[in-house]
Amino acid sequence: MADPRSPLKIDRSESAFTDYKPAYTQAQAVVEATRCLYCADAPCMHACPTHIDVPQFIRKIASHNDKGSARTIFDANILGMSCSRVCPVETLCVGSCVYNHLGHPPIQIGRLQRYATDKAYAEGWRYYQAGPDTGKKVALIGAGPASLACAHELRLRGHAAVILEKRQEIGGLNTTGVAPHKMKADQGVKEAEWVLGIGGIEVRNGVEVGKDISVAELEKQFDAVFVGLGLGPDTPLKVPGEQLPGVIGAVAWIEQFKLGKIDLSQVRSCLIIGGGNTALDCVREAITLGIPNVTMVYRGTEQGMPGYAHEWKAAQVKSAKAEWQAVPVAFEGEGKVQRAVLQRLDAAKKPIAGATFSVEADLVLLAIGQARIGDLVGGLEGIAVERGVVVTDAHGATGRPGWYAGGDCRNGGKEVVNAAAEGKAAAIAIDAYLQGNSPN
Amino acid sequence: MANLWTNCAGIQSPNPFWLASAPPTNSGEQIQRAFDAGWGGAVWKTLGQPIQNVSSRFGGHTIGGVRGAGFNNIELITDRPLDVNFREIAEVKKKFPKHAVIASLMVETEQEWEDIICRSVDAGADGLELNFGCPHGMCERGMGSAVGQEPLVNERITSWAKKYAEKYRPGLPVLIKLTPNVSDIVPHGLAAQRGGADGVSLINTIKSIVSVDIDRFVPEPRVGNLSTNGGYCGAAVKPIALHMLASLARDPRFNLPISGIGGVTNWRDAVEFILLGATSVQVCTEVMLKGYRIVEDMIDGLESYMDSKGFATIDQMVGKAIPNYEHWGDLDLNYEIVAKIDADKCIGCQLCVVACMDGAHQCIHPQEGSATERTTRVPRVDEAECVGCNLCKIVCPVPDCISMVQVDNGFAPATWNEHLYQGKQLRHRKGSHGW
Repeated sequence: MADPRSPLKIDRSESAFTDYKPAYTQAQAVVEATRCLYCADAPCMHACPTHIDVPQFIRKIASHNDKGSARTIFDANILGMSCSRVCPVETLCVGSCVYNHLGHPPIQIGRLQRYATDKAYAEGWRYYQAGPDTGKKVALIGAGPASLACAHELRLRGHAAVILEKRQEIGGLNTTGVAPHKMKADQGVKEAEWVLGIGGIEVRNGVEVGKDISVAELEKQFDAVFVGLGLGPDTPLKVPGEQLPGVIGAVAWIEQFKLGKIDLSQVRSCLIIGGGNTALDCVREAITLGIPNVTMVYRGTEQGMPGYAHEWKAAQVKSAKAEWQAVPVAFEGEGKVQRAVLQRLDAAKKPIAGATFSVEADLVLLAIGQARIGDLVGGLEGIAVERGVVVTDAHGATGRPGWYAGGDCRNGGKEVVNAAAEGKAAAIAIDAYLQGNSPN
Repeated sequence: MANLWTNCAGIQSPNPFWLASAPPTNSGEQIQRAFDAGWGGAVWKTLGQPIQNVSSRFGGHTIGGVRGAGFNNIELITDRPLDVNFREIAEVKKKFPKHAVIASLMVETEQEWEDIICRSVDAGADGLELNFGCPHGMCERGMGSAVGQEPLVNERITSWAKKYAEKYRPGLPVLIKLTPNVSDIVPHGLAAQRGGADGVSLINTIKSIVSVDIDRFVPEPRVGNLSTNGGYCGAAVKPIALHMLASLARDPRFNLPISGIGGVTNWRDAVEFILLGATSVQVCTEVMLKGYRIVEDMIDGLESYMDSKGFATIDQMVGKAIPNYEHWGDLDLNYEIVAKIDADKCIGCQLCVVACMDGAHQCIHPQEGSATERTTRVPRVDEAECVGCNLCKIVCPVPDCISMVQVDNGFAPATWNEHLYQGKQLRHRKGSHGW
């Protein structure tokens, strides 16, 4: 049977990006690993949502036990390869390294994790076998990190897994949405395929639940369901001129150049609306793709920006500018966007009367959030959706027996590592449910 | 300003730092560069019947990322013709009359000893060092440590050397280089003293296998598919060297000057050797790893140290710590310290917690609270159970974060011997956890 997944195009605009944290050689990794203090009950381990035993995997690099090092990582987080690249380590493990308190550079945990996991992929090391067949079958909606982590854990426990993905690509945002200076699309696909290597996980691409298969049919065919839908489309601003060509949602734009080639040769000025991490990713990407003037427009102050300060700092180094305390009230142009009208806001984010101004813009990226698509399952009896996210208990169980959720659709949009942790936790809860031990 | 001028057993040098007999003193060209760099003396690569060496020769022991923290070699004595070596000794002495050039010697028969001593004197050596220490290759031929391990042979050959030194240049100092491959160094130092030696040098290298190639199943250093035991040296051997040095220095029957050797890497190590009785200090491995240039810091650091402590000359320092080296039975059992953690300095690594829990007396505990906040990660010492072992302080990566503080327990000092023979009262044992 032919692989139903469409292979990625070779010629993609994201190829222009180089890694902002390049791979370590073994010599570099050993030097860095040797520096690790090997803390007891280490804070880095607690700071990781998947609780990777960081001191142990680093010690193994130092002792040239790379195979064991990667095993320590994957045992906690099967998506350790992508997390090593995309995790905001500065605010998680690296941010909690005790060397910070010594006024000493913290251990580069992400780069060490990348070293070990890349080695495992390159060497073809495989660690896991599916558990004895239980005869139970679980459907997973969406082929992103949460579902992949969940499916893998289910296979370890002997349950069959079927991933239903409406797109042709697998890997979810790891394939279509990660800033390419962190990771490119092929790595997302590669990781997904590596996870599927455990065997017994069927992926059905081009299948949308509710359209191609009904919920009733789903419940008939499967013993449990995991919802790993992620988030919906970019949120619109709802201002005049938003429909003009050149005004586009950030996530949609990122996907365009990650999966294909885009022509920005005519773009002189780009505005990025928003102050979160997607906005910051867009800033760096727009600059790297060659747009001369890149300006972020955020309604709050620099200090109040929800995006990571270290990412903004790195973007500024690359010549990014910002309009703080401003918001677009209209986009204008002949046949395509040419200008944005910005309204200055006060400290309470209220418009200051008369304080509007116009700036040039031939590309506008809206990075003010993504629709929360919990409502896709919100109509089901027993599944509560609050503020667009699926409500579950601590283990991912919804109010509908056999239905679990994890990842962005549950947490409202966090990191890959959160999705990995939630997917795995849900699998453990599903396993208990299937064995009749569920607290539900 | 401290005066570093050194007189060790009658061998004078501008400072106490000598290069030990080894690859860094293989040739005149090297030694001239070493003297230019600041070394005060050099003990020439051991002279004897030139040998053929193997390839490879050295093995390194990497500890915690420090390459060559331990080091071993299976190289033998000089492989260069004797006339070349003696000609170069004469050249070096001509250019560096104030620096010490010591001829290290190793031959077998009395006649050979007379010949080589005569030639050393002719070349202008400032002293002789008899190599009774080499633990590999030469000992199988009845030389090196084979001599150093037999006090009677040591004494006899020392007396021959002294006799011919006196014959060819009266007063020429003779040092005996001792092997550490013995259970007690003292009888060997005394044998050299009885043989008439002017001083001893210690330690030579320790018999060792530095590592094993775990893919080939062959020890290192590998010669084809075989290896052999070698001599261990480098920073890792310093504690063994200090003990042997001090054992001899504190023995009331032994009264010769000592040239200290074994794991000296910097001025601090050198100071420790001098405080435990060395008059000069010899260095090899650290120079092999880092080059002659390390002596600049050694001189500079030693001068600053001496100035800060008020020592005007090396002699004032020699053996200063010897009176404070005693038998275990003479230590005060009622002296009590406990660990104190400076909460402001603590970075929360909890290495002290795991070390105390698994390796000591289970008296350092984590606090309740966040496992990621520095303040709640500062451990707590249960002083009632702390035995004052130092382990926490040793593993702590933060300078001066853990201090060992004396506790007044109300007990008068009492040693084990005083307890045993005079009935002095001892404090209660700690670390019992109520047992």
